[in-house]
Amino acid sequence: MGSEWNVLIVAFGYLGLLFIIAAWADKRAAQRRSVISSPTVHALSIAVYCTAWTFYGSVGRAAEAGPGFLLIYLGPTLAMLLSPIIVRKMVRIAQAQRITSIADFISARYGKSSSLGALVAIIALIGITPYIALQLRAITESHAILTGRSDYPILMEAGRFWSDQSFWVALVLAVFIILFGARHLDASQRHEGMVAAVAFESLIKLAAFLAVGLFTLFVLFDGPNDLFSQVAATPSLAERLGLDAVPGGASGWIGMLVLAFLAFLTLPRQFQVLVVENVDERHINRAAWMFPLYLLAINIMVVPIAMAGLLLNSGSNPDSFVLTLPLGAGAQALSVFVFIGGLSAATGMMIVETIALSTMVSNQLAMPILLRSRWLRDAGSGVLARWLLAIRRLSIIGILMLGYAYHALIGNAYSLVTIGLVSFAAVAQFAPALLIGLYWPGANRWGVGCGMLAGILVWAWTLLIPGFARSGWLDDSFVEFGPYAIEWLRPQALFWLEGMDIYSHSLLWSLGSNLALLFGISMFTQASPLERTQAALFTGAMAPQLGPNLLPRGKTPTGALRTLLERYLGGEAARRVFTDHTVHNDSDTAAPELIERTEQALAGALGNASARVLVDSVVHGEAPDLDTLLGMLDSTQRILAMNRRLEQKSHELEEISAELRSANERLLELDRLKDEFVAMVSHELRTPLTSIRAFAEILRDSPNLPDEKRSHFLDVTVRESERLSRLIEEVLDLARLESGRLTLNPQHVDLVGLVHHSVDALSALHKTPNLQLDVDIHLPNAAVIGDPDRLEQVIINLLGNAVKFSNDAQPHIRLFLEQDQRGYRLGVEDNGVGISEDERERVFEKFHQIQYQEDGTVRPRPRGSGLGLPISRGIVAQLGGRLKVEDAPTLPGACLVMELPAAPSESTALKPTL
Amino acid sequence: MMNPRRRERLLGLTALATLLFTPPLLLMADRIHGGLWLPVYLFVVWGLVIGLAAWLLEGHAED
Repeated sequence: MGSEWNVLIVAFGYLGLLFIIAAWADKRAAQRRSVISSPTVHALSIAVYCTAWTFYGSVGRAAEAGPGFLLIYLGPTLAMLLSPIIVRKMVRIAQAQRITSIADFISARYGKSSSLGALVAIIALIGITPYIALQLRAITESHAILTGRSDYPILMEAGRFWSDQSFWVALVLAVFIILFGARHLDASQRHEGMVAAVAFESLIKLAAFLAVGLFTLFVLFDGPNDLFSQVAATPSLAERLGLDAVPGGASGWIGMLVLAFLAFLTLPRQFQVLVVENVDERHINRAAWMFPLYLLAINIMVVPIAMAGLLLNSGSNPDSFVLTLPLGAGAQALSVFVFIGGLSAATGMMIVETIALSTMVSNQLAMPILLRSRWLRDAGSGVLARWLLAIRRLSIIGILMLGYAYHALIGNAYSLVTIGLVSFAAVAQFAPALLIGLYWPGANRWGVGCGMLAGILVWAWTLLIPGFARSGWLDDSFVEFGPYAIEWLRPQALFWLEGMDIYSHSLLWSLGSNLALLFGISMFTQASPLERTQAALFTGAMAPQLGPNLLPRGKTPTGALRTLLERYLGGEAARRVFTDHTVHNDSDTAAPELIERTEQALAGALGNASARVLVDSVVHGEAPDLDTLLGMLDSTQRILAMNRRLEQKSHELEEISAELRSANERLLELDRLKDEFVAMVSHELRTPLTSIRAFAEILRDSPNLPDEKRSHFLDVTVRESERLSRLIEEVLDLARLESGRLTLNPQHVDLVGLVHHSVDALSALHKTPNLQLDVDIHLPNAAVIGDPDRLEQVIINLLGNAVKFSNDAQPHIRLFLEQDQRGYRLGVEDNGVGISEDERERVFEKFHQIQYQEDGTVRPRPRGSGLGLPISRGIVAQLGGRLKVEDAPTLPGACLVMELPAAPSESTALKPTL
Repeated sequence: MMNPRRRERLLGLTALATLLFTPPLLLMADRIHGGLWLPVYLFVVWGLVIGLAAWLLEGHAED
């Protein structure tokens, strides 16, 4: 076996190489020639996910629990597939808000709450310390195996920790992390050296693992076929690769997949490399498939190594097959390479995790306490900056020592995988706060805080405390029977839920209570205005129009901001913030942008919650607080709404007044028509009256008038009187029609008989000498419903009109009656001049012929009132028919057509009388 | 902002991968006699999903 010293030299030499790489990358970054601004380096740095747990533990788990080990990598594969959506959003938020860690992220999302940040930091510290211990233990174990000491010392027992190399590894790492991870105060700045070193380590561990795999397949066996045929020949081995070997079966399978998915996004170190260290959003797209490919590559050899280990040296611990296989075959150089690979995996994780945790401890735990101290507040410029860096460095040492102590005290009680999964379940409690807060603006700090607290308590009861009990620290009878023999409180069968594996069981209850409280409490409590603003900024981060939150924050002199920056961050940082702002006088009021920049600069170093407290301490006076502002906003919105309503009302008023105007115009028009009507009626009445009076006066004044003259004058008087009374009758008819008081006596009428009767009556009335009247009726009868007297009036009126308007020299009229689908059409045509297209409706207006005459037509004035057609049309309309002017079918003049519906058959006609 | 079509496809691919990685479909591979088939199935599906993701994210020009 290799000498212990040689191995130590190689190990510390490797750590020295990391120093060189990190220093080189930092130097390049200072020259602005970054080595980490490549998507491939980004993907490799994410591979910090693969720790010593992957390197040694995967094989162990595959040997014991079959393909279930893959779930730890399939979960992150699913998460990475979604990373162009989820992680991209987180990166954008982190850049806008200068986020330094997952605790800072959650605190910022829920109104920059210090207590929530502290809670996340404490949970992370409790959950991750065992995980760091696990890495130290892997280093110690692998070193012991490599140097042939199967009984590696239990360290703390004789106070001989200085002889334990894992202690020294922790210390060297602490120095490394302080140099490359806590150089700047601004924790939101990228740690280029660290990222470069971690990416390099990812390559080393992958190469080492693949080397063991190839060695196993092609040196220990004759290729994959040889190995797998041997496995197939051993049924006990083949069975281990089925689903039955997975603890908890199908439910355990899904539980583990969910656990790995959530933990991948919420582990502090993953948040660090995925979000805080992200240089360029576009790198996410490459990493989304390249990192899963890395996972596939590092896992592809797990099954062969596990099977080979079980076949060849089934006696040793499966967790160390990776090392014992080459060692057993005497491959010294390969064994050392594998040890270095494991060291890479362990140190990579410890470096990033410790940086992430120390940022949380200093910003979320130490700072809020320090800010309460009056002495520190009054300290001079730069003192606080030095203090902060000191706190961060001390916490780095503290965290690593805590991990070491955990490892030294109980590290051996568990297999690697078990410790890792306990940590996973702890950080998975951040997932609801993180992921739901990213998409649901309604989640608030009360819900999230209570949810996380409940989740972590359930986690402690179902996973952590039983773990302590199993390692012999506590009496483990309560695990078996429940505390005080209360059966339903048994940690691993809560509420009698048995038959699941312990991780799925714990995840179900802890995440269940976490989610239930998050939703339940958020829905029934009110978020503060700042929290609502932050929620909107986080959930709407991908919407480009959402700028930074530039609400007026009150007044402060720029000098106060400058002093704040100098005191906490040093003069250099203060100058950087003020570069874009020309400030003439320190007593000037600071612009809101400057206040925002100051708060962001402070947030990058101290975390969002502390930065908020500090800026609020100098921004004061008549500052309108957010409540007032939101109140103003509310009232403005109310006024706007009222304005909108007023606008609507005035619009309605405008419409109504337009309607009124048109109604008024119509009324005026009707009034004018009425005046015209009265004037026309008077005119029409005056003409016969004048002649009657004139003849009557002649008769009175000339008693000696010859008899024949006297009788002629009397004739004229009688005729004019008849005309007068006819006219009055017509005016009355018209008035009745228009007011709807014209009463008709509807009955079955035979239109044919009626027409003949009318023609006879007409012939008696009009003694026109050479009138040619054709009556074209080929129907035996035409039954309609109508008032016979009124219908006769209409027909006579139509005939009379035709006579009046026909050619004076050779008057010719034709009357026809025909049947169509709807009823009967009675038409009267003449050989007059006809009626032009645009006159056809106007002939139905009252006294239309008077205007006709005024138009200057040479036509002698026909006798008649000009009321006949309007009355006829009114009567026909009341009988359900139509009266209209059409082109004359056979004669050159006009044709008036009356359409009447046919009467229903006798049986139905009787019905109305019943 | 991500192209909505690509976003849909990515969500679809994730849903498909989840289906293929979880029991109802997984049981098919597990039921085949011989034991070794479940890991083989997982690795093949895994590789296909990664290939599809790479094609989806690299194959189109950035919107």
